[in-house]
Amino acid sequence: MKYVDEFRDGDLAKNIARKISLEANTNHTYRLMEFCGGHTHAISRYGIADLLPANVRMIHGPGCPVCVLPIGRVDQAIRLATEQGVILCTYADTMRVPASNDLTLMRARADGADVRMIYSTQDALKIARMNPEREVVFFAIGFETTTPPTAVAIRQAAAEGLKNFSILCNHVLTPAAMHAILNVAGGVKLDGFVGPAHVSTVIGSQPYEVFAGDYHKPVVIAGFEPLDVMQSILMLVRQINDGRAAVENEFTRAVTREGNRKAQALVGEVFELRETFEWRGLGTVPDSALRLRQKYTAFDAEQRFGVKYIPVSDNKACECGAILRGEKRPWECRIFGTVCTPQTPVGSCMVSSEGACAAHYTYGRFREEIQ
Amino acid sequence: MNTKKPIYVRPLDLKQGRVEMAHGAGGRAMAQLIDELFATAFDNPFLAQGNDGALLPPANGRLVLSCDAHVVSPLFFAGGDIGCLSVHGTLNDVAVMGAQPLYLAASFILEEGFPLADLKRIVESMAHAAREAGVPIVTGDTKVVERGKGDGVFITTTGVGVAREGITLSGDLARPGDKVLLSGTIGDHGMAIMSQREGLAFDAPIVSDTAALHGLVAAMLDCGADLHVLRDPTRGGLATTLNEIAQQSRAGISLTEAAIPVNPVVAAACEFLGLDPLYVANEGKLIAICAERDAERLLSVMHAHPLGGRAAIIGEVVEDAHGFVQMTTRLGGRRVVDWLTGEQLPRIC
Repeated sequence: MKYVDEFRDGDLAKNIARKISLEANTNHTYRLMEFCGGHTHAISRYGIADLLPANVRMIHGPGCPVCVLPIGRVDQAIRLATEQGVILCTYADTMRVPASNDLTLMRARADGADVRMIYSTQDALKIARMNPEREVVFFAIGFETTTPPTAVAIRQAAAEGLKNFSILCNHVLTPAAMHAILNVAGGVKLDGFVGPAHVSTVIGSQPYEVFAGDYHKPVVIAGFEPLDVMQSILMLVRQINDGRAAVENEFTRAVTREGNRKAQALVGEVFELRETFEWRGLGTVPDSALRLRQKYTAFDAEQRFGVKYIPVSDNKACECGAILRGEKRPWECRIFGTVCTPQTPVGSCMVSSEGACAAHYTYGRFREEIQ
Repeated sequence: MNTKKPIYVRPLDLKQGRVEMAHGAGGRAMAQLIDELFATAFDNPFLAQGNDGALLPPANGRLVLSCDAHVVSPLFFAGGDIGCLSVHGTLNDVAVMGAQPLYLAASFILEEGFPLADLKRIVESMAHAAREAGVPIVTGDTKVVERGKGDGVFITTTGVGVAREGITLSGDLARPGDKVLLSGTIGDHGMAIMSQREGLAFDAPIVSDTAALHGLVAAMLDCGADLHVLRDPTRGGLATTLNEIAQQSRAGISLTEAAIPVNPVVAAACEFLGLDPLYVANEGKLIAICAERDAERLLSVMHAHPLGGRAAIIGEVVEDAHGFVQMTTRLGGRRVVDWLTGEQLPRIC
């Protein structure tokens, strides 16, 4: 497959792996966080950890939209579907996230709620047009990559005068989460970031410059193919060896410093910053999420239906929080692989294939079990 | 075979007509549907007995019995339809038991309003597949459900066969050191269905691999290789079937990703839809696990058969109390190839 196979070439990978081993200083442990779930998935699926020397450690970050969604947000969606009787449209992964009272959106659906799995915001609009007598709510989640399509849908709905469409807005911001990780009390030991791929196509590389400048953490933006990840690790090792901290771009085929101006303008027109937003694992983070601007509040399901956000604490045994902050590894959680599996997820990290726990369980769990 | 004097005033309208509730009610309308459609297409002496069951001659050997329900959507897809699929699916389940399939039974659940022209196409496709396989459909049943309570047509088939003398194949017989062979490319059936459902068009169309495997199985048994396990990796794909075998045999399986054949267009479609071909359904492929010393010989026998042209040795059975299926990736790393979680593609067969 053209433009794909080139980035999965085994010989090239071994070549980069050799360079990383050669250049990584044996007296130093390199603690690198891949922020995005897409990178976590690639690392696990292609067995990249096997190609790295023991002192280059990858720490899985919180960049999985489903994983950072707190229980209370899923509860809100379930309440909309069960108590308000709306048609709730959602991306597939969210269906299986455990909520309060042992519910998930999938179980709510089995109990009679009208929950529909969709592939794009356009599907949600279509459902709204086809069911003018019903209220249709789109469960909008995701980082900067999924925000522009939601903005488009809102503008379309406004232009069409679609009165029965609204969104439960949970769009969150990557740089805010990176700040939160670096400001965790006690501090997560990190030497650098493998920077987001798709998110960066939208926001550009410029927003990461503060992490290199103020926090002295190197950031290398990388694509989601395995060779992208390998190359970015090599670039990070080199920066760390040189004592440098810069934003470098491995993913030049898609990311510029400015990003996608059109998408940014669209998002800016429809959304504004929320003062605070609760993240699973990171707690309440200031200026870390978006809400609809005043002129679009008619499309805000929270206001339209008066469904308040009620915080719910995570299952006590679940270590998703510490894992999302990079403090713990999936298998250091007591319930990993026993009570909590992809079939029976307790925490959100076990739900999406981009979640650190699900990726490790699905692709890498032989490592510690064999030890 | 239909030599009875017709007792129906008008023949079935197989061009414009539709399935009606009466077609499943046990009365004259049902008898007409059976006579003019099913019996005409399937035409064989056992069915012609016209009784509630088929009276069959004694079989010589251990019997193998298998049944399979088919609910595929869409009903017609590139490379086949629910008709031939329902024949192949059950024949293959019998064949991978190391048996020669002898007879099939078929049960239809039809939805009121389903076009008789489509039903005719499906039934003729079944008849063709059965004839090609040399296995008659000797008995059957038809039920009709109200409009909206079914989805066109569901077909359940049952197959009977006789196991080859002295051959015992079972999922719990894989032993460390055994080789794992695959008869051809993976994911073709699932992606043919999926690309049709999603309206995806590629330069080369993706065609389902639906096929009857008992001829290939017979050739493999004939060569006398020390075969331990045969399985056809349908729903859940190669990955799920190998996990079943690993669990049953309490052993691990180690795969080499680069050795697993995948059609480039299937790989591209999977990439596009975010699917892993290891988990995508097949309907004309088999996995064989045999003693290491016979693997190359078995491979050449498979290569010589039209349905095994792209057969490959894809891995081996290893000692592993956890029963993990692991794979060396193209990149040179290792990963677990786990059971399928949830449902990747509903209504695939």
